Amino acid sequence: MGSWRNARLVERAELTTTGRSLHFDVPHWPGHLAGQHVDVRLSADDGYQAVRSYSLAAPSKGTRIELGVQAAAGGEVSPYLAGDLPVGAEVEVKGPLGGWFVWRPEQEDPVLLVAGGCGIAPLMAMVRDHRDHSTAPMHLVYSVRDPAQVWYREELGAAQGLGTTVHLVHTRQAPPGSSRPPGRVGAHDLPPPAAAGAETLCFVCGPTGFVEHAAGLLVDAGHAPGRIRTERFG
Amino acid sequence: MDNFSPGFHGRTNRFEGRLPPGQYPTESFPVLSAGPTPKVLTETWDFGITTETGQRHYWDWDRMMALPQEDLTVDIHCVTRWSKFDTSWRGVSLDAFLEDVETSADFALVHSEGGYTTNLPLEDLTDGKAWLVHTFDGYDLSPEHGGPVRLLVPQHYLWKSAKWVKGISLTPQNEPGFWESVGYHDYGDPWREQRTWSD
Repeated sequence: MGSWRNARLVERAELTTTGRSLHFDVPHWPGHLAGQHVDVRLSADDGYQAVRSYSLAAPSKGTRIELGVQAAAGGEVSPYLAGDLPVGAEVEVKGPLGGWFVWRPEQEDPVLLVAGGCGIAPLMAMVRDHRDHSTAPMHLVYSVRDPAQVWYREELGAAQGLGTTVHLVHTRQAPPGSSRPPGRVGAHDLPPPAAAGAETLCFVCGPTGFVEHAAGLLVDAGHAPGRIRTERFG
Repeated sequence: MDNFSPGFHGRTNRFEGRLPPGQYPTESFPVLSAGPTPKVLTETWDFGITTETGQRHYWDWDRMMALPQEDLTVDIHCVTRWSKFDTSWRGVSLDAFLEDVETSADFALVHSEGGYTTNLPLEDLTDGKAWLVHTFDGYDLSPEHGGPVRLLVPQHYLWKSAKWVKGISLTPQNEPGFWESVGYHDYGDPWREQRTWSD
Protein backbone atom coordinates (compact mmCIF):
# COMPACT_ATOMS: atom_id res chain seq x y z
CA MET A 1 0.00 0.00 0.00
CA GLY A 2 2.80 2.37 0.89
CA SER A 3 4.86 3.01 -2.20
CA TRP A 4 4.21 4.81 -5.45
CA ARG A 5 4.16 2.54 -8.50
CA ASN A 6 4.50 3.46 -12.13
CA ALA A 7 1.27 3.00 -14.08
CA ARG A 8 1.27 3.01 -17.90
CA LEU A 9 -1.88 4.16 -19.70
CA VAL A 10 -2.82 1.38 -22.12
CA GLU A 11 -6.33 2.41 -23.14
CA ARG A 12 -8.71 5.33 -22.80
CA ALA A 13 -12.40 4.84 -23.63
CA GLU A 14 -15.15 7.43 -23.93
CA LEU A 15 -18.06 6.93 -21.53
CA THR A 16 -19.79 10.28 -22.09
CA THR A 17 -18.70 13.65 -23.49
CA THR A 18 -16.73 14.31 -20.29
CA GLY A 19 -16.39 10.83 -18.73
CA ARG A 20 -13.54 8.47 -19.55
CA SER A 21 -12.41 4.98 -18.62
CA LEU A 22 -8.65 4.86 -18.17
CA HIS A 23 -6.97 1.46 -18.21
CA PHE A 24 -3.48 1.29 -16.71
CA ASP A 25 -0.93 -1.48 -16.50
CA VAL A 26 0.70 -1.49 -13.06
CA PRO A 27 3.54 -4.03 -12.70
CA HIS A 28 3.35 -6.00 -9.43
CA TRP A 29 -0.13 -4.65 -8.65
CA PRO A 30 -1.12 -6.45 -5.40
CA GLY A 31 -4.84 -6.72 -6.22
CA HIS A 32 -7.79 -4.89 -4.64
CA LEU A 33 -11.40 -5.14 -3.47
CA ALA A 34 -14.43 -3.69 -5.25
CA GLY A 35 -15.02 -0.18 -3.90
CA GLN A 36 -11.39 0.71 -3.21
CA HIS A 37 -9.57 3.64 -4.81
CA VAL A 38 -6.07 4.77 -5.74
CA ASP A 39 -4.17 7.99 -5.47
CA VAL A 40 -2.85 9.20 -8.84
CA ARG A 41 0.24 11.43 -8.84
CA LEU A 42 1.23 13.70 -11.74
CA SER A 43 4.60 15.42 -12.01
CA ALA A 44 5.29 18.60 -13.98
CA ASP A 45 8.68 19.34 -15.55
CA ASP A 46 9.49 21.82 -12.77
CA GLY A 47 8.99 19.18 -10.09
CA TYR A 48 5.50 20.27 -9.04
CA GLN A 49 3.32 17.31 -8.17
CA ALA A 50 -0.44 16.94 -7.82
CA VAL A 51 -2.29 13.98 -6.33
CA ARG A 52 -5.99 13.08 -6.56
CA SER A 53 -8.00 10.01 -5.65
CA TYR A 54 -9.87 7.96 -8.27
CA SER A 55 -12.14 4.98 -7.76
CA LEU A 56 -11.23 1.59 -9.18
CA ALA A 57 -14.10 0.85 -11.56
CA ALA A 58 -13.34 -2.84 -12.17
CA PRO A 59 -12.47 -5.78 -9.90
CA SER A 60 -8.89 -6.90 -9.53
CA LYS A 61 -7.51 -8.62 -12.64
CA GLY A 62 -3.77 -9.19 -12.88
CA THR A 63 -1.77 -6.01 -13.38
CA ARG A 64 -4.60 -4.06 -15.04
CA ILE A 65 -6.57 -1.41 -13.22
CA GLU A 66 -9.43 0.68 -14.57
CA LEU A 67 -10.32 4.16 -13.32
CA GLY A 68 -13.37 6.29 -14.03
CA VAL A 69 -12.48 9.95 -14.60
CA GLN A 70 -14.93 12.82 -15.01
CA ALA A 71 -13.24 15.90 -16.49
CA ALA A 72 -14.12 18.79 -14.20
CA ALA A 73 -14.19 22.20 -15.91
CA GLY A 74 -11.17 24.19 -14.74
CA GLY A 75 -9.80 21.20 -12.87
CA GLU A 76 -6.08 20.74 -12.39
CA VAL A 77 -5.87 16.97 -12.80
CA SER A 78 -9.05 15.46 -14.25
CA PRO A 79 -9.03 17.28 -17.64
CA TYR A 80 -5.39 16.25 -18.10
CA LEU A 81 -6.14 12.60 -17.37
CA ALA A 82 -9.33 12.63 -19.44
CA GLY A 83 -7.85 14.31 -22.47
CA ASP A 84 -4.10 14.92 -22.47
CA LEU A 85 -2.17 12.04 -20.93
CA PRO A 86 -0.92 10.13 -24.00
CA VAL A 87 -1.59 6.40 -24.28
CA GLY A 88 1.73 4.71 -23.48
CA ALA A 89 2.79 7.40 -20.99
CA GLU A 90 3.00 6.89 -17.27
CA VAL A 91 1.68 8.37 -14.05
CA GLU A 92 2.28 7.09 -10.53
CA VAL A 93 -0.34 5.35 -8.42
CA LYS A 94 -0.53 4.42 -4.76
CA GLY A 95 -2.97 1.86 -3.46
CA PRO A 96 -5.27 0.13 -3.20
CA LEU A 97 -6.72 2.48 -0.57
CA GLY A 98 -9.83 2.36 1.59
CA GLY A 99 -10.98 -0.54 3.75
CA TRP A 100 -14.55 0.49 4.54
CA PHE A 101 -16.41 1.24 1.30
CA VAL A 102 -15.72 -2.27 -0.01
CA TRP A 103 -17.80 -5.27 -1.03
CA ARG A 104 -16.59 -8.86 -1.04
CA PRO A 105 -18.38 -11.34 -3.31
CA GLU A 106 -18.49 -13.98 -0.55
CA GLN A 107 -20.87 -11.71 1.40
CA GLU A 108 -24.33 -13.20 0.90
CA ASP A 109 -26.56 -10.38 2.14
CA PRO A 110 -28.64 -8.45 -0.39
CA VAL A 111 -26.84 -5.38 -1.75
CA LEU A 112 -28.33 -2.02 -2.66
CA LEU A 113 -26.10 0.32 -4.66
CA VAL A 114 -27.12 3.97 -5.09
CA ALA A 115 -25.04 6.03 -7.52
CA GLY A 116 -25.22 9.71 -8.38
CA GLY A 117 -23.48 10.68 -11.64
CA CYS A 118 -19.85 9.57 -11.79
CA GLY A 119 -20.35 8.04 -8.32
CA ILE A 120 -21.13 4.95 -10.37
CA ALA A 121 -17.38 4.20 -10.72
CA PRO A 122 -16.68 2.27 -7.47
CA LEU A 123 -20.15 0.71 -7.59
CA MET A 124 -19.45 -0.57 -11.11
CA ALA A 125 -16.56 -2.58 -9.66
CA MET A 126 -19.13 -4.20 -7.35
CA VAL A 127 -21.58 -4.87 -10.20
CA ARG A 128 -18.80 -6.50 -12.21
CA ASP A 129 -17.47 -8.52 -9.27
CA HIS A 130 -21.01 -9.65 -8.51
CA ARG A 131 -21.62 -10.68 -12.12
CA ASP A 132 -18.62 -13.01 -12.04
CA HIS A 133 -18.65 -14.31 -8.46
CA SER A 134 -21.94 -13.95 -6.59
CA THR A 135 -25.62 -14.86 -6.55
CA ALA A 136 -26.56 -12.47 -3.72
CA PRO A 137 -29.45 -10.18 -4.69
CA MET A 138 -28.02 -6.89 -6.02
CA HIS A 139 -29.97 -3.78 -6.92
CA LEU A 140 -28.51 -0.64 -8.51
CA VAL A 141 -30.29 2.72 -8.49
CA TYR A 142 -28.35 5.07 -10.76
CA SER A 143 -29.24 8.75 -10.89
CA VAL A 144 -28.18 10.77 -13.94
CA ARG A 145 -29.11 14.20 -15.27
CA ASP A 146 -30.19 12.94 -18.67
CA PRO A 147 -29.79 9.82 -20.85
CA ALA A 148 -26.47 11.06 -22.33
CA GLN A 149 -24.83 10.95 -18.88
CA VAL A 150 -25.08 7.17 -18.34
CA TRP A 151 -21.68 5.53 -17.88
CA TYR A 152 -21.29 1.82 -18.85
CA ARG A 153 -24.72 1.84 -20.53
CA GLU A 154 -24.40 -1.37 -22.54
CA GLU A 155 -22.73 -3.29 -19.77
CA LEU A 156 -25.39 -2.26 -17.27
CA GLY A 157 -28.05 -3.43 -19.72
CA ALA A 158 -26.32 -6.81 -19.82
CA ALA A 159 -25.91 -6.87 -16.03
CA GLN A 160 -29.68 -6.70 -15.78
CA GLY A 161 -29.82 -10.21 -17.21
CA LEU A 162 -26.96 -11.35 -15.00
CA GLY A 163 -28.43 -10.76 -11.60
CA THR A 164 -28.22 -7.03 -10.92
CA THR A 165 -31.49 -5.15 -11.11
CA VAL A 166 -30.72 -1.76 -12.65
CA HIS A 167 -33.03 1.22 -12.15
CA LEU A 168 -32.07 4.44 -13.93
CA VAL A 169 -33.36 7.68 -12.46
CA HIS A 170 -33.26 10.77 -14.70
CA THR A 171 -33.24 14.03 -12.77
CA ARG A 172 -33.51 16.65 -15.54
CA GLN A 173 -34.54 14.89 -18.75
CA ALA A 174 -36.08 11.44 -19.07
CA PRO A 175 -35.90 9.36 -22.26
CA PRO A 176 -38.90 9.57 -24.63
CA GLY A 177 -41.72 7.32 -23.49
CA SER A 178 -40.43 7.06 -19.95
CA SER A 179 -43.17 6.54 -17.39
CA ARG A 180 -41.13 8.26 -14.65
CA PRO A 181 -41.11 12.05 -14.93
CA PRO A 182 -37.65 13.63 -14.41
CA GLY A 183 -36.86 14.40 -10.78
CA ARG A 184 -34.43 13.50 -8.07
CA VAL A 185 -34.36 10.09 -6.42
CA GLY A 186 -37.39 9.56 -4.20
CA ALA A 187 -38.54 6.93 -1.73
CA HIS A 188 -40.46 5.14 -4.48
CA ASP A 189 -37.25 4.67 -6.50
CA LEU A 190 -35.62 2.59 -3.76
CA PRO A 191 -36.43 -1.04 -3.00
CA PRO A 192 -37.56 -1.54 0.61
CA PRO A 193 -35.23 -3.20 3.18
CA ALA A 194 -35.29 -6.97 2.76
CA ALA A 195 -37.38 -9.10 5.12
CA ALA A 196 -35.91 -9.78 8.57
CA GLY A 197 -33.01 -12.20 8.55
CA ALA A 198 -31.26 -10.85 5.51
CA GLU A 199 -30.24 -7.28 6.18
CA THR A 200 -29.45 -5.26 3.09
CA LEU A 201 -25.98 -3.73 2.82
CA CYS A 202 -26.20 -0.29 1.16
CA PHE A 203 -23.47 1.60 -0.69
CA VAL A 204 -24.13 5.20 -1.70
CA CYS A 205 -21.68 7.20 -3.83
CA GLY A 206 -22.02 10.58 -5.49
CA PRO A 207 -21.80 14.34 -4.88
CA THR A 208 -22.37 15.44 -1.28
CA GLY A 209 -25.89 16.76 -1.79
CA PHE A 210 -26.92 13.55 -3.50
CA VAL A 211 -25.43 11.32 -0.81
CA GLU A 212 -27.02 13.36 1.99
CA HIS A 213 -30.40 13.06 0.29
CA ALA A 214 -30.15 9.37 -0.71
CA ALA A 215 -28.73 8.17 2.62
CA GLY A 216 -31.51 10.10 4.40
CA LEU A 217 -34.12 8.29 2.27
CA LEU A 218 -32.57 4.94 3.13
CA VAL A 219 -32.64 5.69 6.88
CA ASP A 220 -36.24 6.91 6.63
CA ALA A 221 -37.16 3.71 4.76
CA GLY A 222 -35.93 1.64 7.68
CA HIS A 223 -32.42 0.64 6.65
CA ALA A 224 -30.08 0.44 9.65
CA PRO A 225 -27.66 3.42 9.60
CA GLY A 226 -24.82 1.01 10.40
CA ARG A 227 -25.55 -0.88 7.16
CA ILE A 228 -25.29 2.20 4.94
CA ARG A 229 -21.81 3.06 3.70
CA THR A 230 -21.23 6.33 1.93
CA GLU A 231 -18.60 7.91 -0.25
CA ARG A 232 -18.87 11.52 -1.34
CA PHE A 233 -17.04 13.87 -3.66
CA GLY A 234 -17.24 17.51 -4.65
CA MET B 1 11.56 11.37 -17.48
CA ASP B 2 10.24 11.95 -20.99
CA ASN B 3 7.46 9.43 -20.71
CA PHE B 4 6.25 10.60 -17.33
CA SER B 5 2.96 12.53 -17.20
CA PRO B 6 4.22 14.49 -20.24
CA GLY B 7 2.60 17.86 -20.78
CA PHE B 8 1.28 18.16 -17.23
CA HIS B 9 1.72 21.67 -15.85
CA GLY B 10 1.15 22.47 -12.21
CA ARG B 11 -0.52 25.52 -10.76
CA THR B 12 1.25 28.19 -8.76
CA ASN B 13 1.19 27.48 -5.07
CA ARG B 14 -0.22 30.58 -3.36
CA PHE B 15 0.02 29.09 0.11
CA GLU B 16 3.70 28.27 0.43
CA GLY B 17 4.54 27.38 4.02
CA ARG B 18 0.92 26.80 5.01
CA LEU B 19 0.11 23.90 2.70
CA PRO B 20 1.31 20.52 4.03
CA PRO B 21 2.95 18.18 1.50
CA GLY B 22 0.57 16.52 -0.95
CA GLN B 23 -2.34 18.90 -0.20
CA TYR B 24 -4.17 21.35 -2.45
CA PRO B 25 -6.14 24.40 -1.31
CA THR B 26 -9.90 24.54 -1.66
CA GLU B 27 -12.43 27.30 -1.15
CA SER B 28 -15.31 24.87 -0.77
CA PHE B 29 -15.96 22.67 2.25
CA PRO B 30 -16.16 19.05 1.11
CA VAL B 31 -18.06 16.53 3.24
CA LEU B 32 -16.67 13.09 4.01
CA SER B 33 -18.47 10.61 6.21
CA ALA B 34 -18.56 6.82 6.43
CA GLY B 35 -22.34 6.64 6.60
CA PRO B 36 -25.57 8.64 6.79
CA THR B 37 -25.68 11.93 8.68
CA PRO B 38 -27.15 11.38 12.17
CA LYS B 39 -29.87 13.76 13.31
CA VAL B 40 -28.73 15.09 16.69
CA LEU B 41 -30.85 17.60 18.60
CA THR B 42 -29.37 20.15 21.00
CA GLU B 43 -32.26 19.43 23.41
CA THR B 44 -31.08 15.85 23.93
CA TRP B 45 -27.36 16.28 23.17
CA ASP B 46 -24.89 15.54 25.88
CA PHE B 47 -21.16 15.01 26.10
CA GLY B 48 -19.36 12.74 28.54
CA ILE B 49 -15.77 12.22 29.58
CA THR B 50 -15.08 8.85 31.21
CA THR B 51 -11.77 8.36 33.02
CA GLU B 52 -9.75 5.16 33.27
CA THR B 53 -11.28 4.55 36.73
CA GLY B 54 -14.80 4.72 35.33
CA GLN B 55 -15.57 8.17 36.68
CA ARG B 56 -18.00 10.04 34.42
CA HIS B 57 -18.37 13.74 33.78
CA TYR B 58 -21.36 15.00 31.77
CA TRP B 59 -22.37 18.23 30.11
CA ASP B 60 -25.68 18.94 28.45
CA TRP B 61 -26.15 21.79 25.96
CA ASP B 62 -26.76 24.52 28.56
CA ARG B 63 -23.79 23.47 30.73
CA MET B 64 -21.52 23.47 27.68
CA MET B 65 -22.72 26.92 26.61
CA ALA B 66 -22.09 28.18 30.17
CA LEU B 67 -18.37 27.31 29.81
CA PRO B 68 -16.01 29.99 28.40
CA GLN B 69 -16.57 30.35 24.65
CA GLU B 70 -13.66 30.92 22.29
CA ASP B 71 -13.48 32.17 18.71
CA LEU B 72 -10.70 30.64 16.67
CA THR B 73 -9.42 30.80 13.11
CA VAL B 74 -7.42 27.80 11.92
CA ASP B 75 -6.29 25.94 8.80
CA ILE B 76 -7.73 22.44 8.37
CA HIS B 77 -6.30 19.54 6.37
CA CYS B 78 -8.21 16.50 5.12
CA VAL B 79 -6.42 13.22 4.40
CA THR B 80 -8.18 13.22 1.00
CA ARG B 81 -5.75 16.07 0.19
CA TRP B 82 -7.78 19.26 0.42
CA SER B 83 -6.77 22.00 2.82
CA LYS B 84 -8.92 24.95 3.79
CA PHE B 85 -7.38 28.11 5.18
CA ASP B 86 -8.60 30.52 7.85
CA THR B 87 -11.72 28.61 8.83
CA SER B 88 -13.50 30.34 11.71
CA TRP B 89 -15.20 28.50 14.55
CA ARG B 90 -16.72 29.14 17.97
CA GLY B 91 -16.68 26.61 20.75
CA VAL B 92 -15.20 25.45 24.03
CA SER B 93 -11.60 24.42 24.64
CA LEU B 94 -11.14 20.82 25.78
CA ASP B 95 -9.12 22.33 28.65
CA ALA B 96 -12.38 23.71 30.08
CA PHE B 97 -13.99 20.24 30.03
CA LEU B 98 -10.90 18.56 31.49
CA GLU B 99 -10.33 21.07 34.28
CA ASP B 100 -11.98 19.01 37.02
CA VAL B 101 -11.25 15.61 35.49
CA GLU B 102 -8.65 13.63 37.41
CA THR B 103 -6.77 11.25 35.20
CA SER B 104 -3.36 9.79 34.59
CA ALA B 105 -4.40 8.28 31.24
CA ASP B 106 -2.23 8.93 28.21
CA PHE B 107 -4.79 8.29 25.48
CA ALA B 108 -8.25 9.39 24.44
CA LEU B 109 -10.79 7.48 22.38
CA VAL B 110 -13.39 9.86 20.95
CA HIS B 111 -16.94 8.54 20.41
CA SER B 112 -19.52 9.88 17.98
CA GLU B 113 -23.21 9.40 17.37
CA GLY B 114 -23.52 6.53 14.90
CA GLY B 115 -20.62 4.53 16.35
CA TYR B 116 -17.64 6.36 14.82
CA THR B 117 -14.51 6.50 16.96
CA THR B 118 -11.05 8.04 16.65
CA ASN B 119 -8.02 7.96 18.93
CA LEU B 120 -5.52 10.62 20.03
CA PRO B 121 -2.85 11.01 22.68
CA LEU B 122 -4.48 12.97 25.52
CA GLU B 123 -1.72 15.58 25.36
CA ASP B 124 -2.93 16.49 21.85
CA LEU B 125 -6.30 17.53 23.30
CA THR B 126 -4.91 19.82 26.02
CA ASP B 127 -3.16 23.20 26.27
CA GLY B 128 -5.32 24.93 23.69
CA LYS B 129 -4.95 22.33 20.95
CA ALA B 130 -8.55 21.06 20.72
CA TRP B 131 -12.11 22.36 20.98
CA LEU B 132 -15.70 21.21 20.85
CA VAL B 133 -17.15 23.58 18.26
CA HIS B 134 -20.81 24.41 17.57
CA THR B 135 -20.50 27.38 15.18
CA PHE B 136 -18.82 27.63 11.78
CA ASP B 137 -18.42 30.93 9.97
CA GLY B 138 -20.94 32.59 12.26
CA TYR B 139 -23.69 29.99 11.77
CA ASP B 140 -24.79 26.91 13.70
CA LEU B 141 -22.64 23.98 12.57
CA SER B 142 -24.66 22.12 9.92
CA PRO B 143 -25.45 18.41 10.38
CA GLU B 144 -23.30 17.19 7.47
CA HIS B 145 -20.28 18.95 9.00
CA GLY B 146 -20.90 17.36 12.40
CA GLY B 147 -23.52 19.64 13.91
CA PRO B 148 -24.62 20.40 16.50
CA VAL B 149 -21.14 19.74 17.95
CA ARG B 150 -17.91 18.34 16.57
CA LEU B 151 -14.39 18.00 17.87
CA LEU B 152 -11.76 20.22 16.22
CA VAL B 153 -8.09 19.21 16.45
CA PRO B 154 -6.50 21.19 13.61
CA GLN B 155 -2.97 19.84 14.07
CA HIS B 156 -4.15 16.43 12.83
CA TYR B 157 -5.83 15.30 9.61
CA LEU B 158 -9.49 16.13 9.86
CA TRP B 159 -10.75 12.55 10.41
CA LYS B 160 -9.49 13.02 14.02
CA SER B 161 -11.88 15.99 14.40
CA ALA B 162 -14.83 13.68 15.01
CA LYS B 163 -18.26 14.88 13.90
CA TRP B 164 -21.37 14.44 16.11
CA VAL B 165 -19.09 13.98 19.11
CA LYS B 166 -20.76 12.57 22.22
CA GLY B 167 -17.98 11.36 24.45
CA ILE B 168 -14.33 10.72 25.20
CA SER B 169 -12.91 7.70 27.05
CA LEU B 170 -9.55 8.26 28.72
CA THR B 171 -7.44 5.10 28.60
CA PRO B 172 -3.94 4.04 29.69
CA GLN B 173 -3.48 2.13 26.42
CA ASN B 174 -3.85 3.38 22.87
CA GLU B 175 -6.88 1.88 21.09
CA PRO B 176 -7.22 2.42 17.34
CA GLY B 177 -10.45 4.09 16.21
CA PHE B 178 -12.65 3.51 13.17
CA TRP B 179 -10.42 4.65 10.30
CA GLU B 180 -7.25 3.82 12.25
CA SER B 181 -8.42 0.15 12.24
CA VAL B 182 -8.94 0.01 8.49
CA GLY B 183 -5.73 1.43 7.13
CA TYR B 184 -5.37 5.05 8.23
CA HIS B 185 -2.34 6.18 10.22
CA ASP B 186 -2.59 6.02 14.00
CA TYR B 187 -1.39 9.60 14.57
CA GLY B 188 -2.26 11.52 11.37
CA ASP B 189 0.12 14.50 11.26
CA PRO B 190 -0.45 16.38 7.95
CA TRP B 191 3.05 17.89 8.00
CA ARG B 192 4.60 14.42 8.08
CA GLU B 193 2.04 13.03 5.57
CA GLN B 194 0.91 10.33 7.99
CA ARG B 195 -1.99 9.10 5.88
CA THR B 196 -1.90 5.30 6.05
CA TRP B 197 -0.38 2.51 8.15
CA SER B 198 2.70 2.42 5.95
CA ASP B 199 3.48 6.16 6.10
